[in-house]
Amino acid sequence: MSGAKEGAELRLVTPGEAIGASTGVRAGTGTLIMGDNIIATRVGWIRENNGVTSVDPIHAAYMPRSGDLVIGVVESVRNNLWFADVNGPFNGLLPMSLAPWKVEFGAARQQMDIGDVMLARVQEVDEAHNIVLTMKGVGLRRLKEGIMSEISMNHISRLRGEGDSTLRTLKEVSDCRVIVAENGRVWVDGDADGITFMRAVLDLVRNEGHKATFNASLEALIDNRRNA
Amino acid sequence: MGGYGDVKLLREDGLRLDGRKVDEMREVEIEAGILPAADGSAWVKHGLNVAVCAVYGPMEAHPRKIQRQDRAVIDVRYNMAPFSTSDRIRPGFNRRSREISKVTAEALESVVLVERYPRSKIRVEIEILAAEAGTRCVGITAAAVALADAGIPMRDLIVGVASGKIEDTVVLDLDKAEDNYGQADLPMGILPTTGEIAFLQMDGDLSVEEYNTCMDYNLKAAREIHVLMVDALKRRYAEKNGGEA
Repeated sequence: MSGAKEGAELRLVTPGEAIGASTGVRAGTGTLIMGDNIIATRVGWIRENNGVTSVDPIHAAYMPRSGDLVIGVVESVRNNLWFADVNGPFNGLLPMSLAPWKVEFGAARQQMDIGDVMLARVQEVDEAHNIVLTMKGVGLRRLKEGIMSEISMNHISRLRGEGDSTLRTLKEVSDCRVIVAENGRVWVDGDADGITFMRAVLDLVRNEGHKATFNASLEALIDNRRNA
Repeated sequence: MGGYGDVKLLREDGLRLDGRKVDEMREVEIEAGILPAADGSAWVKHGLNVAVCAVYGPMEAHPRKIQRQDRAVIDVRYNMAPFSTSDRIRPGFNRRSREISKVTAEALESVVLVERYPRSKIRVEIEILAAEAGTRCVGITAAAVALADAGIPMRDLIVGVASGKIEDTVVLDLDKAEDNYGQADLPMGILPTTGEIAFLQMDGDLSVEEYNTCMDYNLKAAREIHVLMVDALKRRYAEKNGGEA
């Protein structure tokens, strides 16, 4: 999906750049058909798959999809619902009925107030981009301790690794609880030492997540910690 | 016009005061992604003009009354630094910056696929650090690079260029003296791949022929700047990718 890629067929494109003729191919994400051409709408790498031409953006905002695990920050509270910033273009709405607590009408603030952080799942996204969140589910809760950090959307897969292998290693090495949410937010909790290590890892992801040398740098960081 | 008739702007040899030919642009340099805190950013140096642009979002538009149900709003803030000109500029919004913010937002709306993000807002902050005529054009160029850097979907990049008239001669890319003492100024926002015009203002008078010449100059300059914009965007990610684009 993201990160450094090998192979000569990969081409970096910028918005407005013609990718090729529009006949016989379908325009995927990050592209647009204009006249006889498919043009890119974002800076990214061209990908062709089953006759669909798309552009994998290098940098993109989070677009919520139902089922996504997200970390939200409460932005406003009403009598029976919460609005949470989910790091995207639209705020998520958490109704009382989908919260894990029994709360009386008007007492929503006692459970979660502005600035509180929650681990939630996207219940549904409608065509008008209204997002409904749910906190009913295993592990979904208010995050009361630990740190929250943000990484670029397309670095998520690099932090997780193949089949979450990198993430598992990091959890084991740092001895921390780590949650990498779909919206680019990462929550870490553990002892101060482990958190410091994870902060270094996240800095590495932010600064070098695109580089081909990323995995080697991460290995070095992990080895360093193991031998310490 | 021509109230400054005694100011010589063209030399005997037909070149301009700074030695440029009539259809020659000032030197342009562009860098993408220079501000770590912004979602996308750009730095543009165009002659002695320096502009920095930061893009944030798309994010939920607040207050709610500014939300549009069918598209995103682009909130542009064009600002000149107090030290950008020889006379100190009083900090803060003024009539001129409000106008430029508005026309820039309208120019950007025609390239950004705003319908992808209904009810949201894209914040574009343009800061002019040094000014030498044509800052609105430099601002538009910087905003286009910053928007692309932020990963916001766009139909095309947009380039700000200007040409005008001095001593009855059409020239490309006016500098400060030419802007102040010239006869006309025609800034444009051009979509370089299609040649569409998304923004046009005119100060002074131009005949149809002069206008057409200006148009040709602007299109030519837009293509030149477009190459630099694309290069800046690709360079940023080539570097990030260990030097292999």
